Amino acid sequence: MSTVTNTIFSPELAARFDHLVTIYPVKRSALVPMLLYAQDEIGYVSDAAVSEIAVRIGINDLEVRNVLSYYSMLRTKPAGKYNVQVCTNISCMLRGGYGILDHCKKTLGIGHKETTADGTFSLEEVECIGACCWAPAMQVNYDFHDGLTPEKVDVVLQQYRDGQGKDVK
Amino acid sequence: MPTLVSHPDEVKIVSRRFGQGAADIEKYIELDGYKAVQLAISQGAEMSNWIINTMKASGLRGRGGAGFPTGMKWSFVPKVSEKPKYVLVNGDESEPGTCKDHVIFLHDPHSVIEGTMIAGLAIGSKLGFIYLRGEYRYLLKQVEKAVADAYAKGFLGKNIFGSGIDFDIITQTGAGAYEVGEESALMESLEGKRGVPRIKPPFPAVVGLYGGPTVINNAETIANAPHILLMGGEAYAKLGTERNGGTRLFGISGHVERPGVYELPMGYSLRKAIYEVAGGIKDGKKLKAVVPGGSSCPVLTADEIDVGLDFDQMGKAGTMLGSGGIVVLDETVSIVEFAMRVISFYQHESCGWCIPCREGTDWIKKTLTRVYNGGGSKKDVDNVQYLAENMMGRTFCPLGDAAAMPTLGFVKKFRKEFEDYIEGHKAGTPLITVEQLVGAGH
Repeated sequence: MSTVTNTIFSPELAARFDHLVTIYPVKRSALVPMLLYAQDEIGYVSDAAVSEIAVRIGINDLEVRNVLSYYSMLRTKPAGKYNVQVCTNISCMLRGGYGILDHCKKTLGIGHKETTADGTFSLEEVECIGACCWAPAMQVNYDFHDGLTPEKVDVVLQQYRDGQGKDVK
Repeated sequence: MPTLVSHPDEVKIVSRRFGQGAADIEKYIELDGYKAVQLAISQGAEMSNWIINTMKASGLRGRGGAGFPTGMKWSFVPKVSEKPKYVLVNGDESEPGTCKDHVIFLHDPHSVIEGTMIAGLAIGSKLGFIYLRGEYRYLLKQVEKAVADAYAKGFLGKNIFGSGIDFDIITQTGAGAYEVGEESALMESLEGKRGVPRIKPPFPAVVGLYGGPTVINNAETIANAPHILLMGGEAYAKLGTERNGGTRLFGISGHVERPGVYELPMGYSLRKAIYEVAGGIKDGKKLKAVVPGGSSCPVLTADEIDVGLDFDQMGKAGTMLGSGGIVVLDETVSIVEFAMRVISFYQHESCGWCIPCREGTDWIKKTLTRVYNGGGSKKDVDNVQYLAENMMGRTFCPLGDAAAMPTLGFVKKFRKEFEDYIEGHKAGTPLITVEQLVGAGH
């Protein structure tokens, strides 16, 4: 039973949040992980999520939003079921990162921070994801795909279309 | 999945367990895991001094980029403190060109845990944090499992290894922010705030996380600690060069035949690292330039690579060893485009707290964008240099410098390429005005 009645989160996540606010010397340290885990479950950080997290931490909504707006992985609008994040920073750029991004744009028919009509994919051009030695690389949700070619991208995207890719949770 | 590479010139210390399944605690123990922390505890009352002296003797310098001597950093923490002391492991690896901590978390997460315990014993802390960037979720899960396994064995928690000392570790995820890799910004993030840097002094060793004395080290630095205690400080120091002890992980990426993370002795030749270890320039092309230690380091031209890879030699060569991310550019790369991509990153990541950084990165990006798109004037090169020079040393944290230094390198060393580029695009291209530039991006 969660400490917050009428929680908007699943019982598992609510229980995890109950625990998370107890482990740090200061409750508020749980804020950034909670926002990210809430997003993983809902698909974005909704107004309701902001309010519940604020209650759980004991701060107001505005303080939560102030932090939320700082971190590039956190979003306040839904993305696709699979968020394709293509790195174009220097190491990836040198190994064809922009070609991979263009290929994704063409194949998916969407641009940066857009979502396909069926809601399956969204696309983002992102900064360095720490896969420089295996460039060009991208992440789909949290999964890394590296050593990419346009052909390999097609195979990867098809796996997600076929429901073989891992979901966030 | 990152592929492991190997070269005969490697000296494997921090990478010695890579590829051996050491993420499994039993395997880690079999490969001398958790022996160093027990050796430290066996020193009894002398434990703290013994650890710090060994670390000092090792000549280990911070592997995050700044290269501060680790033993000295640990010795700055007051012995007695009213507030609790903390150990903080910086695994927010985000400097473009850097992916070495990625490999440590993947192949040897227990070495980070054991190193954190050692740092805790050295400074008298009871709580350590391992902070990973948000994108490294699969690695966070790996580290979380390793921490849970260490608790299950009784290695973490109450009375570790019968020492009478309690030590806990909390793992933490970021959520996307380069700036948080800066130590004081990371502490803000861990306190549940925006990752805005703090002014120094006071330094973290005195006033850090939650206002308590804090040791904050890069993940590779921490992962080295157990190896150093087991092999002895002097033995580790001898592997490197003077004042640059040991070995370090170099991530060689870009236009090389065999990109990968290699562990080489400090002082190893940059030329050999590119041409022998990483197999030379891809597809038989010619080398144009090298960004030697992550994107914030000033570029070296093809004629400047006869230099040893340690903090002092790289400093003398006018650049930095940085985070060990060596990015290799072949002859086909446009420095104008590359410089624009680098500044676009820093403009994106500037937190906006300090005006020289916020405005400087933005105007350099705009100016280089117009140059790249053919609307530049010759004065733009001077303007870029002027802006970068005025960012240097004028911000709370090093992000301003990190943006200015590579920019200065590009325009100073490749000035002619910028001028030729502008000249070549002159005919028929109208000058793009400031108004047209607002909102311009790559």
